[in-house]
Amino acid sequence: MQPIVPIHYFLIVAAVLFSIGLAVIITKRNTIAVLIGIELILNAVNLNLVAFSQYDPVRLAGQMFALFVIVVAAAESAVALAIILKVYRHFQTTDLDKISSMKK
Amino acid sequence: MAEIAFYGFSALAIGAALTILFTRNVMYAALCLFIALLGVAALYVLAGADFLAITQLLIYVGGVLVLLIFGVMLTHRAERESSQKANIVLTTHLNRFWGALIALSIFGLLFWLISHANFLIIQSPELSESSARHSTLKQVGVNLMTSHVWAFEVAGILLLVALVGAAYLAFQRENEK
Repeated sequence: MQPIVPIHYFLIVAAVLFSIGLAVIITKRNTIAVLIGIELILNAVNLNLVAFSQYDPVRLAGQMFALFVIVVAAAESAVALAIILKVYRHFQTTDLDKISSMKK
Repeated sequence: MAEIAFYGFSALAIGAALTILFTRNVMYAALCLFIALLGVAALYVLAGADFLAITQLLIYVGGVLVLLIFGVMLTHRAERESSQKANIVLTTHLNRFWGALIALSIFGLLFWLISHANFLIIQSPELSESSARHSTLKQVGVNLMTSHVWAFEVAGILLLVALVGAAYLAFQRENEK
């Protein structure tokens, strides 16, 4: 049984999501908005892995990889939010351009 | 039918992602991330990854998104001009030109690559069987306990370390403030 949707479509959707996430990271100045862009990029990459994994229904290597990417993304966002809280307590702002010194 | 669903859900995901890009309200961006993640989860289902779609919903919508919204709430200084006005968390946009240029050029490169790529996918004999599309849950479980058990354990340790580290970082000590 062939996969329903051709793989190019998945790859193009993932490329669009990746580019939008990159643009979000570059343009937004709020740290949490930047984190949202990172989540978008991780999802785009996962979509690629899952799309290739449908041609490998026995070993499912792509889906296993995507599963571990999700786990690492969850850990990353938890640690990043803890760091953002710490930075906010120190600088009283989360604007990335105003956080310019290592030690006040 | 499946193609219509694919187009609909990819339009949902891409539209929500574009809204994240163009809105200045961080709260709207977080809620649009929710819609984008829903769309991506539906695309996972269309690619035959049912377990991963459920995991995506549980972890991202149940965990990461709640964390993000907590982060927005905890790091926002309310300007109390009047209690009638809504507290809107806004972000500023900088580097619009470079952001658009870099994103569009990377997208152009990826699009050119994908449209010119000639994927030679080796047809495995299992793919042609009619039983190819059943739940991936059993296979994922077997994989986690056999071939990927090392990565599974490392992921568990990583989650533990991240939990302890995040709690330690966010803990407010007495000598601060």
